[in-house]
Amino acid sequence: MTVARPAARTAKTAPFEVRRIREDFPILNQKVFGKPLVYLDNAATSQKPRAVIDAIVGFYEHDNANIHRGLHALSERATAAYESARGRLRRFVNAAQDREIVFVRGTTEAINLVAQTYGRAHVGAGDEVLITALEHHSNIVPWQILCGEKGARLRVVPIDDRGDLVLDELESLLTPKTRIVSVAHVSNALGTINPVRRIVEAAHARGIPVLVDGAQAAPHLPIDVRDLDCDFYTLSGHKMFGPTGIGILYGKEHHLEGMPPYQGGGDMIASVTFEKTEYNRLPYKFEAGTPHIAGVIGLGAAVDYLSGLDAGGRMAHEEDLLAYATDKVGGLPRVRIVGTAREKTSVLSFVMDGVHPHDIGTILDREGVAIRAGHHCAQPLMERLGVDATARASLALYNTREDIDALAAGLRRVLEVFR
Amino acid sequence: MSTELGDLYQEVILDHNRRPRNFGDLPAAARRAEGHNPLCGDRVTVSVVLEGDILKDVRFQGSGCAISKASASMMTESLKGRSRTEAEDLFQAFHRLLTEDGASADPNVLGKLVVFSGVREFPVRVKCATLAWHTLRAALENARDIATTE
Repeated sequence: MTVARPAARTAKTAPFEVRRIREDFPILNQKVFGKPLVYLDNAATSQKPRAVIDAIVGFYEHDNANIHRGLHALSERATAAYESARGRLRRFVNAAQDREIVFVRGTTEAINLVAQTYGRAHVGAGDEVLITALEHHSNIVPWQILCGEKGARLRVVPIDDRGDLVLDELESLLTPKTRIVSVAHVSNALGTINPVRRIVEAAHARGIPVLVDGAQAAPHLPIDVRDLDCDFYTLSGHKMFGPTGIGILYGKEHHLEGMPPYQGGGDMIASVTFEKTEYNRLPYKFEAGTPHIAGVIGLGAAVDYLSGLDAGGRMAHEEDLLAYATDKVGGLPRVRIVGTAREKTSVLSFVMDGVHPHDIGTILDREGVAIRAGHHCAQPLMERLGVDATARASLALYNTREDIDALAAGLRRVLEVFR
Repeated sequence: MSTELGDLYQEVILDHNRRPRNFGDLPAAARRAEGHNPLCGDRVTVSVVLEGDILKDVRFQGSGCAISKASASMMTESLKGRSRTEAEDLFQAFHRLLTEDGASADPNVLGKLVVFSGVREFPVRVKCATLAWHTLRAALENARDIATTE
């Protein structure tokens, strides 16, 4: 059997060393417009280590077959690899059981799934769904669709000017009509780490379930769904060094059991007649059709990769990098950092007086520095902060202080052009 | 600065970005349309007073990057006093300048707009440079829908 295996957990992890980490990511070793690539758009998508690329190639070269139809050797191997990845994802988020891990296309699909199944079953006319002011559009629109359909009301926990949730307001927004709370673990636009554990506690005290959107948290923070006690948790593989088009929905078993299926089709059934269909057991009830098998295997390899790193060293490195970037960029003339929450990770959003973020992005690109400019799929947040758009440098474990120096040098170039 | 960047951010463009001309609204009688670039959230409103077939006055309002603001500003300057047909022809020539390799950058046709020739090296910025023009077209057609670059 040649499929990706979990990294040996007993092996002692080497201390975190960013130079060595960078060698694991082949894409980083290239020039853009004659300058070394400085990739600071990690909140949009992360780069992939060799281990993930090899796992996907290895699957297609040796084991490719459809799963859960194990009449031949390849199908048995593919099924084993797929299900073993589920187990690794379960450990990654510290869920209690494999059947609480549903493979989906990503966080967007996961939230839509919950809105369209749990939401449709539990939210009615006059009810309320509670989100926050710093959500990504993917944690706004699915709930808007649900509320529109049901005559329910979407309510929003406000933020302060730093980008922290106003928790005092949370208490009064949790009403007897609130049916579900959906909140980002980490803001993609500002990097704010939300106090999700406290939010879950407050909601649970009133019997309200909580979905945590972990898309931006998964590549940076340890995740423990049992410690958070959240009802649902979502993540996207491509933001955590895995492939695009694959992610997970974690759901507490009793919720998933009670929810109707999301999509009908093959694999999600136990038996079908034209009169009646018996649905498959968890998690297959929610995995209709042939899934993104290679994606799942790639995501499993990404989890192995992350788990094989010295977590403390990695987090210290990322923390140092964000502090360094905040000082360097925040110290430039005409620059204002947007989002200065007390607890932050990996995101540096900023505006420059007299220069639109898109012009910043274009000039940095020619310096080899990739950032994002725009509203970051969080238009209501931009409006709240009184900006049309921001420039956003977002960090990953493979970034270095030299990357930040290149960013700062590029920004000084922007200041020269736009004197 | 690389040559391409220098060609993109020419002094004339930076000047119009800093001090946009014809920035503002026109009387209620004017034709008006709103333009939107969903990619970056840029918004522009173009209003135009027609006298017969002639664009008597053109103004714009909104926010956006240097390229979109300068393009809107210079568009208003280029169009005042022109006929609708001339305006459309100028847009066509301008669009070719931005998108076609070896397109004519004849100042006799394009006037000051030739400074936008550098945009051709930055394909993602073509939409910035054409947003105001698409919006003008919508205003002239009295289209109710919001003009968009998508």
